[in-house]
Parts: sequence; C-alpha cells; structure tokens
Amino acid sequence: MAATTMAQALNRALRDAMTADERVLVFGEDVGQLGGVFRITDGLTRDFGEQRCFDTPLAEAGIVGFALGMAMGGFKPVVEMQFDAFAYPAFEQITSHVAKMRNRTRGHLTVPMVIRVPFAGGIGGVEHHCDSSEAYYVHTPGLKVVTPATVNDAYTLLREAIDDPDPVIFMEPKKLYWSKEDIELRHLDEPLGHAAIRRHGKDATLIAYGPSVPVALQAAAAAAEEGIDLEVIDLRSLVPFDDDTVMRSVRRTGRCVVVQEASGFAGFGAEIVARIQERCFHSLAAPVIRVSGFDIPYPAPMLEHAHLPSVDRVLDAVDRLQFTDEPDHRYLTGAHS
Amino acid sequence: MSHPATDLLPSATPVRYLAEDGTTVDGPAGYTQPSVEELREAHRRMVVGRRFDAQATALTKQGRLAVYPSSRGQEACQIAAAMVLRRDDWLFPTYRDSMAMVSRGMDPVEVLTLLRGDAHCGYDPNAARVAPQCTPLSTQTLHATGLAYAMRRKGTDDAVLALIGDGATSEGDFHEALNFAAVFEAPVVFLVQNNGYAISVPLEKQSAAPSLAYKGVGYGVRSEQVDGNDPVAMLAVLHKAFEHARAGKPFLIEAHTYRIEAHTNADDATRYRDSDEVDRWLDADPLARLEKHLRSIGALTDEDVAAAQAEGEQLAADLRSRMNAEPHLDPMTLFDHVYARPTTQLVEQRDLLATELKAQEG
Repeated sequence: MAATTMAQALNRALRDAMTADERVLVFGEDVGQLGGVFRITDGLTRDFGEQRCFDTPLAEAGIVGFALGMAMGGFKPVVEMQFDAFAYPAFEQITSHVAKMRNRTRGHLTVPMVIRVPFAGGIGGVEHHCDSSEAYYVHTPGLKVVTPATVNDAYTLLREAIDDPDPVIFMEPKKLYWSKEDIELRHLDEPLGHAAIRRHGKDATLIAYGPSVPVALQAAAAAAEEGIDLEVIDLRSLVPFDDDTVMRSVRRTGRCVVVQEASGFAGFGAEIVARIQERCFHSLAAPVIRVSGFDIPYPAPMLEHAHLPSVDRVLDAVDRLQFTDEPDHRYLTGAHS
Repeated sequence: MSHPATDLLPSATPVRYLAEDGTTVDGPAGYTQPSVEELREAHRRMVVGRRFDAQATALTKQGRLAVYPSSRGQEACQIAAAMVLRRDDWLFPTYRDSMAMVSRGMDPVEVLTLLRGDAHCGYDPNAARVAPQCTPLSTQTLHATGLAYAMRRKGTDDAVLALIGDGATSEGDFHEALNFAAVFEAPVVFLVQNNGYAISVPLEKQSAAPSLAYKGVGYGVRSEQVDGNDPVAMLAVLHKAFEHARAGKPFLIEAHTYRIEAHTNADDATRYRDSDEVDRWLDADPLARLEKHLRSIGALTDEDVAAAQAEGEQLAADLRSRMNAEPHLDPMTLFDHVYARPTTQLVEQRDLLATELKAQEG
C-alpha cells in the first residue's frame, strides 16, 4: 500500500463526503481548476462538476456569508479560507452569524457547515500565512474547532466535521500536509470531541494539538532515553474539549506540560492549564507549564525556527517539572516566569 | 455574463408617479403600474403599519420595549416590500423593518421580542420565511444572496428581498453581496431605504456617489433609484426588480425616503438635523400622498379610511394588552441551542445555574 499524505487524506474525505451526500458543496478561492493552493480540493471539480466544487470571487466575508445562506437553504458547504490570516475578513460572519444562528433562532435555523483554515507555520511562509488563530474561534460559543495531527485523523475528523449538525472550524496544520502514513483511511463515525492518547506514559502528561503533536511525540521519545516516561495526548478537538481524557491522565501522572504553537498570552493553552488546576490541583506534584510560541507577530520565515516551540523547549519544560526532591531554582527564582 | 453598462444604470432622477399632492406625474416608461386594487391594499396596510409603529414607539416610553427604531415616514418602502413577496419568498429585514414584517402577516409580539429583549428572534424564520432581524449592518445581504442561490439551485423560482439602510451601503459585506449575487445569478433584490442619516451621519458624509443605486452598476447589477415616499413608484419598481431576480438577475434599488422620528427612542435627532427639514419631509408623507391620490380617482371613501384606522386600533390594542403581560422566561433556557448537543462544559454550567436558582427559591 502506498503511503498517504495528510493532503491526500483531506482530499479523500471531501470526495467521500461529496459522494455520500449530494448536499455537500466545496467552494472558495482557487479550489476549482487549480485544486486549491495546497491541492486539497484537487480534481473535485473535474470529478463532481462545477455545481459541486467551484471558485468564488476573492472575498472571505463573502464566501462565509454566502455559505451561511446556502446552509439555510439546505446545502452543506465546506469552504476554504486558503490561509489563516486571510480568514480575518470573515471573522464577523463567523462569530456574529455562523456561530450564533442556531442560538439566535432558538434552534429553528441551523447552519451546518465546515470552514477549513490551513493554519500555523513551519513552512517558510511569508507574513500573514502562518498565524495560529485557533484562540479566536475557541472563544466563540457555537463553533466547534478541531485540528488533526495524523493522516487518518485528517480523514476521519473532516468526515465527522461535515456530518456534524453544528458549524465546525477545521484547522489544518500546514506543515503536516506532506506528512505520510502507510494506512488505510478509516471513517470512525463518532461525534467530535474525543482526544487521543498517542503515547502512554506515567511520569508526566504532554498535551498538544495539531502541528505540536509531532513535536510532543519527539520530545517524549527523547525523554524516554533519559528514563522519563511521558504520556502524549493529542486533543484532536479543541471544542468540544475532552476534559475526561485530559484530567484522568494528569491525575495519574501528576505533572503536565501544554504545548501549542500559538502565542502563549491568553491562548488556548491557558484555558487548558486553568481547567487542570481547577480539577486536578491536589493531584499535581508541580505547576502546569505552557510551552508556546512567543507573544510576537509571527516572525519572518528565516527566524521562525527561534519562535516555534521546539523539542528542546518542550524538554526544558519537562525538566522544570521537579522530578527530583531538589527544588528547581529556576522555577523558584522565577527566571522563567 | 456582461451587460452594456447603460442597461444597468438607474434613471437620472428617482422614479416617481405621484407628486407630493397626490396628483399623478409622468414617470419613466417600462414599469407596470400597480392596479387600483393593489393601491387600496397598500393604503390599508400603510394605515395599519403606521399605527403599529406609533404603538411600538409608545411602548418604549412605558418601558415595555428596550428600544424601538421607528420607520414612520418609510411606510411606502415597508409596505411595498411586504406586498411584492410571494408566500415562499424570503425577507431579510433589519432592526428598522418591523413594519414590513408585521405587514407580511407576522405576529407583532413575535416581531418585537428582539426589541423587548426576551429573545433574539421570537419567531420561526422557516415558517415565516423571514430571516432574523439583523442588527449588524449589511451582514445579512450575504446570507440573502446565499439563500437565493440555494433556492435557484433547487429549481424553484422563489426570490429573496434584502433590506438595508443608507449607512449599510458603506460596509464591505454589501459590496461582496452585490458581487456574489451578480456572479452567481442569485435571485435577490437589495432594497436600500435611504432615509438620509446613519444615526447622525448625513448621506453626504456617507457616500459621494450620485445615487446609492450607482453602487450596483460596477458589479453588473441592474439598479434603480425611486421616490421612496411614492407608494405607486415603490410597487412598480419592486415588481420589476422581482421579475429580474426570478430570472436570475439581481437588482438594487435605492429608495429616497426619510425617517420622521429619531434613529431610536434613545437618540436625540435635534442635535444633527433641524425641524425645517423634518417639516419638509412631513409634506412629502407617503400615506397622505396615496390617500389624496386614491380619493381623487374615487377609489377611497371615508368609510375605507375609517375601516383601516379601526383595524390599526384593533392591532394596537391587542399589541398593548399582550405586551403589558410580563414574559415568563426560564433562565435554564440559556443553555438551549448553543450546540445540537451541549458539551460537557455546558452541562456543568447548566447544573451550576440550576443550583443557584434553587438556592434563590429556597
């Protein structure tokens, strides 16, 4: 069996969803003949026709607002925002209308739709092409927000997002588009909202999502060589948030590091840490630590390596979890605060 | 599809068939005139609509409505908008379009729940074929366009009417909606009620275009400007616009009108406009104009007018009594309809509120 890339898995998910349900439509900028700038929609217009997969004028608010109207009319739009920061013109449509239509109309109007946002960095993109914008969406009640980290999840989460009765922001980690796995894509057909334990361990829990999952797994592999046994949780779904899987793991290990590529201040990782200290305080042997990008606008591509949470930065955080009886002077003096 | 630009251009002056004194004037050819029966119906609805508007305004003074944006003076636009819609067409109103919604046959109490503050949308939009009243500006023009395209894709000849004000034509969504509507041949009509002010900002600070209708031309959308206080012209132009829309050609209308009252009851209009201006527009009143016209052709009697007024009084009395009853709202419904199924986090918060409410009872 040939290896499948995440990009191919996403394409297959769109194809299978369009085959399964005629109401599923794919549209956005360059998704037709070109197949999308990342080729996620490759061949869909050829195989399903221009009625099912089509290019729109270049206007993100227009794409999302138009999609909302089509969802009101019984279609299931899957729209592409092309790049994270290009979605900001659609922000009002997403937060004021897509997220709220079910609630505003007390369930009479629902707008099941998927907004695909290729996000995060690590691809050498120029400015406005590498934002991690998930915090804006997770802060908006009414939206579901998911992000795959594996090839199979790219397939199954996108199928589930399209089947979901609520609007879903589908965050695609760009740097993983070309990651490969030798697997048969499987549709799990379960509701969104389940985290996955990617590696079992007993000493501490690493929590990551999207582009940070491979980083966390590499860090866990490196820590294992030093005799530290790390558990790695891939959240998969940010909203709904799987408290159960996260809290069970942290109560068991007593130590936790949250890894995100986005800037740290008021980011999604802060929510995770807050939830853990509210629910697991008495199980904790050390403060929960965040590893994130710096609180800076996404840097120019030749400097992004210094910004992105690296395996070393994650391992440093793991070191600060006080695995010995010796007090960690770095933490106690606040050098890292 | 491309058009010669001249096919898209609005007439040089607003389309008008009735002068302010109710006499007929020579308007442009190419528009089918509404029948006398239709005008009698428009008159009845305008009388009732104005009474509804006055009652809603009074309800704000009694504290029964949190806010009410009056559309007094815009009756010709509001009633024509309701009258040209077929049952399965959709209306996308703004917060100022309650009169059009009531005239479409909706329960006035359900229309006013947004403004009373007990629900964002007090009715079933699918049943009424009326979208939630939109308070952000122009965002709903895109929804209208998308829904219109969806209806066309399903093979119906139903159409959509999106209402906005003059200020909303400055918003990006308006322009994206015009562009999408033209490119996708969506059966949608955009009706701009230019009432002179976006809260306090006059039109000349809003737009330098010769007419707001010119904003359609660049997108390939046929456009027209009309005297928004002339019910005959409003019906004629809207009928034409819907013919176009049902054939897949969107249409933009700028109706020149005026809101006699302030932006809302919370606004002080004397800060930005003088009473002479208001008086001039009172002389252009759409209801008086139609009444004079219908009387002059022998199509309206004192009895007709009294009957319409009685109907308005009945509606107002019913509205008063029903709005005087305190709505019973269950705080536990806060958690309904956030998602199809509540998240575990929402279930926890719902339990917390239930505990709090129980403690308050005890």
